[in-house]
Amino acid sequence: MAGETSADHTPIDAQELFKEAGATALVVFALCFSLVGFKTEDVPGGLDIITRFDDVLVATALAFIGRAALVLLRQGYPLPVLATALPVTILLIVLHFSDAVFSTDTAAVLKRFLPFGAPVIDWLVTILAAVFAIRAAIARQRAGSTMTTEEREKAMDRIGARVQRAARILGPLILGFAIILPFLPMADRRILDIAILVVTYIMLGWGLNIVVGLAGLLDLGYVAFYAVGAYSYALLAQHYDLGFWVCLPFAGLMAATAGIILGFPVLRLRGDYLAIVTLGFGEMIRIILLNWYEFTKGPDGLSGIPRPTFFGLPFTRSPPEGVETFHSFFNLAYSPTDRIIFLYYVILVMALATNLFTLRIRKLPVGRAWEALREDEIACRSLGINPRNTKLTAFSIGAMFGGFGGSFFATRQGFISPESFTFIESAVILAIVVLGGMGSQIGVVFAAILLIGLPEIFRELHQYRMLAFGAAMVLIMVWRPQGLLAHREPTLHLPERPPDAPRVAGAAK
Amino acid sequence: MSAGTPLLGVEHLTMRFGGLLAIDDVSFEAADKKITAIIGPNGAGKTTVFNCLTGFYQPTIGRLTLHHPKGDFLLERIEGYRIAKDAGVARTFQNIRLFPRMTVLENLVLAQHNVLMRASRYTFAGLLGMKVYRDAEAKAVELARYWLDKVALTEQADWEAGNLPYGDQRRLEIARAMCIEPTILCLDEPAAGLNPRESAVLNELLLFIRDEHEIGLLLVEHDMSVVMGISDHIVVLDYGRKIADGTPDEVRRDPAVIRAYLGEEDDEELPPEVARDLDELR
Repeated sequence: MAGETSADHTPIDAQELFKEAGATALVVFALCFSLVGFKTEDVPGGLDIITRFDDVLVATALAFIGRAALVLLRQGYPLPVLATALPVTILLIVLHFSDAVFSTDTAAVLKRFLPFGAPVIDWLVTILAAVFAIRAAIARQRAGSTMTTEEREKAMDRIGARVQRAARILGPLILGFAIILPFLPMADRRILDIAILVVTYIMLGWGLNIVVGLAGLLDLGYVAFYAVGAYSYALLAQHYDLGFWVCLPFAGLMAATAGIILGFPVLRLRGDYLAIVTLGFGEMIRIILLNWYEFTKGPDGLSGIPRPTFFGLPFTRSPPEGVETFHSFFNLAYSPTDRIIFLYYVILVMALATNLFTLRIRKLPVGRAWEALREDEIACRSLGINPRNTKLTAFSIGAMFGGFGGSFFATRQGFISPESFTFIESAVILAIVVLGGMGSQIGVVFAAILLIGLPEIFRELHQYRMLAFGAAMVLIMVWRPQGLLAHREPTLHLPERPPDAPRVAGAAK
Repeated sequence: MSAGTPLLGVEHLTMRFGGLLAIDDVSFEAADKKITAIIGPNGAGKTTVFNCLTGFYQPTIGRLTLHHPKGDFLLERIEGYRIAKDAGVARTFQNIRLFPRMTVLENLVLAQHNVLMRASRYTFAGLLGMKVYRDAEAKAVELARYWLDKVALTEQADWEAGNLPYGDQRRLEIARAMCIEPTILCLDEPAAGLNPRESAVLNELLLFIRDEHEIGLLLVEHDMSVVMGISDHIVVLDYGRKIADGTPDEVRRDPAVIRAYLGEEDDEELPPEVARDLDELR
């Protein structure tokens, strides 16, 4: 690592620099040559191949420069990096916003100097340049040394602990905001829809957190329980004419049963193997839903799923004869957002119930046994903890919340089909849990806002959303494998000991 | 055979891994309220005996009877976790197995899982925060505190177990095993990696457990100072067979034991650690 003061005096190892940067550029060139270099395009009368070698060259050059900057940082020369990256960043930002500053014509000319001409990629380049500039500045500040991984871990742990502690204040604040959100002036239909979506994922994240975060069972098929819950509600409502609130416990029960059915065969599996089987289970449920036409209507899906009612008062403009509606009962003018607001509160209450349940059960023997199972299954057995039952309860309770979430999804959409329950849903929910920090409740909230809220707001970037998503996951795995806010609070303390007494070796000395 | 009421009977225990005969027809008894040690050179099958007793291996042949106040348990017949839960066989591991990211106190309370599960009425009473569970939890914490005091870790109760120094982790693991309120405590090389001072503290702790809690102890050990100092009864294994069985004095003089530790009249080129063990043995 760099960091010695002598680094200022050693000459730049040019050979290493060119070797590494050259190799990187070569790899990028090899990858880009066919992937970026050629593009098929619809032309009248068929497809045509257009070439984009200029982009390939730009990419290769950028890769060379970027790698060279990395090598320079490592060798302890932040100054040249800073001197290049900072102006480049500023220049790029100016170019991006050129139409706001200059006339349209000038802007059009200036924009041609952006490296790729595709806004998202250009922004990515800008951000990367900014990252280099910041890193170089930090390195410069620390007299040529970059932060070691360990220091960064410690710093992040401290942040995690602080956020966790702040969660006591932050939690009620976020909750208060969530409660008044529908009445804020900015809360239009679109914002509310996004909020409902985010809260749904927060709830699913909290549910999955029981399985993955607490019990340490990597579940890639969580969407299966979501689907079971949704179809349970839809089918019960259609065949037996039952309302949402009656069906909700049944849907949870069905999903929990599905959780036990999945749990039994996979009891002996751990880690990757478990993940693969749960992945398969998720697909199995989807394929059953797709093919069991008589029961599930297959790919046609189920429509006309009843909407939830407010204690029996529906949210419709013109109800059938003799049925009182929400707005007529309360003497309000009919507004279509009433139903949305109601849905929002329903999911908010369901999510909060999930959270309270998890926080509570974590301090009970079952919850502690889940965490112990994550830590060491063999030690659990030696203490007389039944690993089978412990795993099954984790699976079934996690699945139950998935089922509740599914019911809500069905009633919100009014239409469900197997299309809604693909693997990507499982992946997103898991990503929320992992990104937030396994086992961290507040982490799930932040991660859900980050992963669901932001992409919804930036929907225009649609085809790059998943790219950014993947990149974010990779970065998290590299920098912070335990998640953003992984910090564990003990579940109990000795009495007459203040709860914030030092608990790590370093702090006690 | 040993004096005192038998606590654990091992009869014709044989364990075969494919073509390898790890334990060959070993029988011995461990007495209640006594410390029984299983010793032997590396690869003698000590830990295998242990893993059979604590349900981690299924013995090929043999009967393992635990004379519990509630009646006899045939350990080879019952499921792994029930050996701890019902029969009350507690164990520690050669390479410590704590729950490293949970606190010291949580480790000890986890050992009382089954008691607490019943008290929480399998979670339902616990979720409602009923008194019966709160009382049980307070009691569990008190038991944990008792053992924390015994192993001098009260100050570190809120540390993550993984952050404790090695010697403390060993003692914590023993305390955790005692928290299941066992009928027999099985220790797999408890002195491994301890310095002489820590080793002396350990001896005291084990004697305390034997005398004050009146349970049987079974230990697998390399460290002769521990074995000879505190054992009431020693079983010597070599190549999976029992070669001696008796009090420390009897075992010390047994020619078969000396041969096993020495090799056949081959005194000259002993590795120093073997020579040291041998000196202590004599």
